[in-house]
Amino acid sequence: MKQLILVKYAPEIFLKGLNRGKFERKLRDNIAKKLEGIKAEFIHDSGRYFIKTDETDESIKRISKVFGILEVCLVEEVEIDFNKIQEAALDKVTAAKGSTFKIITNRANKNFELNSMEVSRKVGGYVLNNYEGEINVDVKTPEIVINIEIRNNYAYVWSNNDITKGSAGLPYGMNGSTMLMLSGGIDSPVAGYLMAKRGVEVNCVYYHSHPYTSERAKEKVKDLAKILAEYTEKINLYIVPFTEIQMDIIDKCREDELTIIMRRFMMRIACKLADVYGIDSVCTGESIGQVASQTMDGLIVSDDCSDRPAFRPLIAMDKTDIMDIARKIGTYETSILPYEDCCTIFVPKHPKTNPKLDKIRKEEEKLKIDELVEKSIENIEVVTF
Amino acid sequence: MEVYFDNSSTTKPFSEVIDEVAFGMREFYGNPSSLHNLGLKSEKKLKECRVILSKAINASENEIYFNSGGSEGNNSVLKGILKSGTHLITTPFEHSSILNTIKKLEDNKVKVTLLNINEDGRIDLEHLKNSITRETVLVSIMHVNNEIGVIQDLKAIGEIIKQNSSRTKLHVDAVQSYGKIPIDVKNMNIDFLTVSAHKFHGPKGVGFIYIRKPNTLIPLIEGGHQEFGIRAGTQNIPGIMGMSLASKMVNDKIDKNYKKVLEIKKIFIEKLKTIENIRINSSANEDFSPYILNVSFKGVRGEVLLHFLEESGIYVSTGSACSSKEREKIGGSYVLKAIGLSQDEIAGGIRFSFSDDNKEEEVEYLIDNLNKGLKFLRRKK
Repeated sequence: MKQLILVKYAPEIFLKGLNRGKFERKLRDNIAKKLEGIKAEFIHDSGRYFIKTDETDESIKRISKVFGILEVCLVEEVEIDFNKIQEAALDKVTAAKGSTFKIITNRANKNFELNSMEVSRKVGGYVLNNYEGEINVDVKTPEIVINIEIRNNYAYVWSNNDITKGSAGLPYGMNGSTMLMLSGGIDSPVAGYLMAKRGVEVNCVYYHSHPYTSERAKEKVKDLAKILAEYTEKINLYIVPFTEIQMDIIDKCREDELTIIMRRFMMRIACKLADVYGIDSVCTGESIGQVASQTMDGLIVSDDCSDRPAFRPLIAMDKTDIMDIARKIGTYETSILPYEDCCTIFVPKHPKTNPKLDKIRKEEEKLKIDELVEKSIENIEVVTF
Repeated sequence: MEVYFDNSSTTKPFSEVIDEVAFGMREFYGNPSSLHNLGLKSEKKLKECRVILSKAINASENEIYFNSGGSEGNNSVLKGILKSGTHLITTPFEHSSILNTIKKLEDNKVKVTLLNINEDGRIDLEHLKNSITRETVLVSIMHVNNEIGVIQDLKAIGEIIKQNSSRTKLHVDAVQSYGKIPIDVKNMNIDFLTVSAHKFHGPKGVGFIYIRKPNTLIPLIEGGHQEFGIRAGTQNIPGIMGMSLASKMVNDKIDKNYKKVLEIKKIFIEKLKTIENIRINSSANEDFSPYILNVSFKGVRGEVLLHFLEESGIYVSTGSACSSKEREKIGGSYVLKAIGLSQDEIAGGIRFSFSDDNKEEEVEYLIDNLNKGLKFLRRKK
């Protein structure tokens, strides 16, 4: 009896109609890329995809992070022989600990002598008769669920203990690209994750203000990009020198508009970079009402500077829900390290919460906008994870 | 050019010390507690080290107990003496290994008096005299403050304690003074002393406590009977050998080094006079250690200036970190706060700390870059 890894696709792929093949192929490619360094073989058995490998634990760990997958199951491959199937099911029930069970059968093989319901009933009976100890059938809320799949070449048996949840979503890289404004905070990595989950290729831009922000703050952002890269393929991080722009704004503009004008520049530069590198959209971790610059007025004013769609996946999420996702994807602990990505010197004491667009545009006229943007782009540092 | 002005944080080990540590690892690997000859060889080596270290402070060799450094030493003394219901007198600007330990002890019903200090950081001796009660078992004072460098008058403090109590003991945190300012434990009436090797060009992770005989300390670390039952654990012989060599090297030249470093500090202060809007928090007189110079640069944040300087290879320290969470917690350096500085002065505080190998050119290089940095950072209106 052999062990295989069964990969169950996220149901949305099946809705793709004529594009389904394209999505399936991309997903297989992404899985293959993630399994780099592991000896693995891909097997197809009538609509089900399996991976044969000795390194099952490591493979499952990696595959469960690939977007587009509903579940990853470690299954027993059994010959199509009813006795063997029964025995495998009994073994699985014995190995799992619990007092109630249920059998779910899926018979895709039309040549098999029994239909699904008959298989479930008979195997259930076999288990009840041969199980050592107390066990009962519960079809509503069983503690143990045994899955039996009878395909054309083999049958497969596994229990709910053998199932690892996948990351759902759509295969990465199938739905265009975005430039994520990555800061060291809790929100932006989560925004990037959510976009990647829908299949959007994520690139990151980080605004660095030496000597106001430390090397440690930069390292923290790099670490966050590295964590995101576990879920995607390679991620490019563009590090933009921002000090001169900040100093210019402080010199020439009103103090309470500092943050807002800064965010407009960040938006401009992100769009310019997206233009240079052929990226479709930009993305931020903004959530309405969370901080002073993220009021409706504030968002209108910074949105004004984008020349392409600006996605804000967290726009309607509560902070606590964002933090939950951050913990789940592994970015929370890094995000809360105390290395500020923007020195608090640049936070006005009483920031404007309801900026008006024409006033801000007028204030900005004091600055040489294009020159500042060009110069900062000329001096970017690019790191790839 | 690399200019290291952060010696109060840690020092570069002497190359002779590095060699000694390697030598110790090769030649004295036996466990001093072993019954055989290899163990005895190591035990003898430890004894030699005890002699060297004790001589420097006029103690006797069996009053020296090796450990992992200053934080452990401070914890050992406080936790080993202060039982529930006893009273401790100390200052508000002790090292965090003292202040945080005290917080825990207060939960256990230990009473604490924090002495008043004047704007130079010297403790109010009258206040000390009036604070001693029948329950007072310990006075704990740092000889040289690590942020501003002020030196407390240990002899006067020792006198006051002796005259006003028969049971109060004196603990001195000598981490910033050992090997730099002369210490005589008999003359100064000191009962406990904490020392850390990496502050005087020794290895990190090793130090010792001096405990006057007869010893009444309850051990912090229980286990085998090493260090006469005071501190369990196999001794870090290579580290201890390195520490002893470093101790010999600095104590042999203690006066020479003092004068040399004082010169550097004086030149520095002279040149600082050309810079506006600063406050010099450590004077060049004998009340302050010449090894430490704390300056507040108004209108800038300490950590920002620190990063600016590091671009030019200059390493300094600040109690004012950029992290807004940290700032909220302690409001910047608690030491600068304790001597009554304003918010602006606290925010712009930088500590320069010297060693005997700093040179005048380094001071000039620093002043140059300070000027550049301040010009850039003070642009903000």
